[in-house]
Amino acid sequence: MTQLRELYQQVILDHNRNPRNFGVLENADRHKEGYNPLCGDHLHVYLNVDADNLITDIHFDGSGCAISKASASLMTQLLKGKSADEAKAAFARFQDMVTSDMDVPVDIDSAGKLAVFAGVREFPMRVKCATLAWHTMKSALDDEPNTEPKYGSTGNSGDDRIG
Amino acid sequence: MTVAQTAPVPDVASAHTSEAFDVDAVRRDFPILGRAVRDRRLVYLDNAATTQKPRSVIEAIERFYEEDNANIHRGVHLLSQQATFAYERARGRLATFINAPESSECIFLRGTTEAANLVAHGFCRPRCGAGDEIIITHMEHHSNIVPWQLLCEATGATLRVVPISDEGVLDLEVYEQLLNERTCLVAVAHVSNVLGTVNPIRQMADLAHKQGAVVFVDGAQGAPHLAVDVQSLGCDFYAFSGHKLFGPTGIGVLWGRRDLLDSMSPYEGGGSMIQSVTLESSTYADVPTRFEAGTPDIAGAIGLAAAIDYLNRFGMEALAAYEDGVLDYAQQQLSQIDSVRLIGTAAGKVSVVAFVLKDAHPHDIGTILDMEGIAVRTGHHCAQPLMARYGVPAMARASFAFYNTRGEVDALVTGIKKVEEVLGG
Repeated sequence: MTQLRELYQQVILDHNRNPRNFGVLENADRHKEGYNPLCGDHLHVYLNVDADNLITDIHFDGSGCAISKASASLMTQLLKGKSADEAKAAFARFQDMVTSDMDVPVDIDSAGKLAVFAGVREFPMRVKCATLAWHTMKSALDDEPNTEPKYGSTGNSGDDRIG
Repeated sequence: MTVAQTAPVPDVASAHTSEAFDVDAVRRDFPILGRAVRDRRLVYLDNAATTQKPRSVIEAIERFYEEDNANIHRGVHLLSQQATFAYERARGRLATFINAPESSECIFLRGTTEAANLVAHGFCRPRCGAGDEIIITHMEHHSNIVPWQLLCEATGATLRVVPISDEGVLDLEVYEQLLNERTCLVAVAHVSNVLGTVNPIRQMADLAHKQGAVVFVDGAQGAPHLAVDVQSLGCDFYAFSGHKLFGPTGIGVLWGRRDLLDSMSPYEGGGSMIQSVTLESSTYADVPTRFEAGTPDIAGAIGLAAAIDYLNRFGMEALAAYEDGVLDYAQQQLSQIDSVRLIGTAAGKVSVVAFVLKDAHPHDIGTILDMEGIAVRTGHHCAQPLMARYGVPAMARASFAFYNTRGEVDALVTGIKKVEEVLGG
C-alpha cells in the first residue's frame, strides 16, 4: 500500500479528478496531439507563445490514466508564464527525476510541485504516462506556429507500439 | 535429399486417456504458478496474452537440445534423423489435435500473425484485384485486420466489415448481405480476444462458400479454449499460436486445405523450401515445406507438441467445462460490483472477461492489481476498432486458463475494491 500511496498521492488524485486548464484553448497558436498506444492515453496540448517566446497560455484535454492526466494538469499550471526554454528545461529535469534510480534522492527544490511524481520511478511501465503531456508540449514548441496537428506524432516513441 | 518429408507419422500417444481433472495437481505442473510476485502469490489472469507452460513442455525443449539437436531434412547422420523425426512427429500431433485430414496441411510458422500474412500474400494477392472484396469483422485483433488492409492497398481490393451487437455478437444478416461473388476471402476470429465471443464459423463458412469465397479463421483464442475440428468447422484456413496454447513462443501453425495450399506460391524464399535451384531459377518443394523457408523453430515445434500431449491428458472438452465454471463465477462476482461494466456478454462465450470501472482508467487498474500480485491485461488489446465500438479508450481484461481457480477470482474482486479505495482518495 505504501508504494501505491507513493504513486497515487493526494495531489495526483486531485488533479486527476479536477484537472486544471482542461479544455480546448480557442485560437491557440500551437496545438499537438499525443498518443500512447500502449495504454490508450490520448491528449491534446494547446499553447499560445508570444513574440518574446513566453508561454502566455496553455491548456490540455483528452483522456488518460490518473498519472497522465495529473501530470498534464500540473504541467500546465507550472508552465504558464514561463519561457519556451524554461519549459524545455523543466521537462528535462522532470524526465531525469522519473527515470532516476530509486536510491537517488529527489531534489525537492528543483522538482517543486512535480516531486509528487517521484513514485513513478518504481513503475517503469508508467514513465510514459507521466511524460506524455511533456513530450507533446515540447513537440508543440518545436513546431512552427499554427501547423496542422498530426495524429500520433508526439509522445510516441517507437517502442510504445505494442499490439 | 528428402525435400519434403511429410509422410504421416504414427501418433500413438494422442489417443485420449482423459485423466480426472484436479486443479491443485494441475497447478503443480506449472512451475511459474508457484512463484511470488511483489511478495504475494502470483495470480496470473493474462492468459489471452500468453499462457504459462507446464513442466513437460519446458523439459521437452531442454531434452531436445541436450539429446537430439541437429538441423532437419538435411544430414544423413543420426542426430539429424532424430531431429527430423521429432519435428515431423510434432506436425502429426498438431494435425491430430485439430483433426486435419493430412499432417502435411499443417505449416509451422511463427504464429497466427505470420499465418494471416502468408495467406494474404500467397493466396489472396494473385487472386485479388480492384473490385474484389475481403470481409473481416469489427471484433478482430489487429493481426487479422492489418494484413488485409495491406493486401487491399496493394491490390485495390476493398475491405468490408461485419458489425457486432452491444453484447458482442456478429450481425450475420449484414454478413450475408456483404458476401457476393467478388468476395475473395472472409477473415474471422474463432474466438474474440476481448469479448470471448465464439463465432459461428460453420455457418459463416457455408455462406461464404456459396459465393465462392474462402474462409481464414484466426484461432489464436479458439484453440486454447475449444476442441477444434477444422473439418467440422468447414473453414479453409485455420491458424493458431503455440504460446497461447501452453507451448513456447515463436511457433504456430497454419492449417490449410490441401488443394488451396498446393495452388499457392511461396511466401519467403530460402533453404528447405526448394526442389532445385540454378542461378537462373528455382522450383519449389511441396507443401508444407514450400512455406517453411530456412531452419524452422524445431525445438518450438517439439515443445508445442508436448503442450498438445499435456492437454490431451485431460481432453479439451473437460478443460473447457472446468473453465466455464470459473467464468460463470467471475462474471457473477464482478457484476456485483456497482462500478464494473462488463464488456462482451455473448451467450456461450469463453473465459475472457473484459471490463471497465466507472472512475478508474484501465492502466491505473493494472498497476494497482499488479501490486496485489494479480496480472491482467490493460490497454486496447490490439483491437482499437473494438475499443472505439464500445466508446472506451482502453479496457481491463482478466482471461482465465484451466489452472485458474475461484480463489483467484476472489483475489481479483478484492483487488478491484482496492482500486476503488486507492483512486477514491
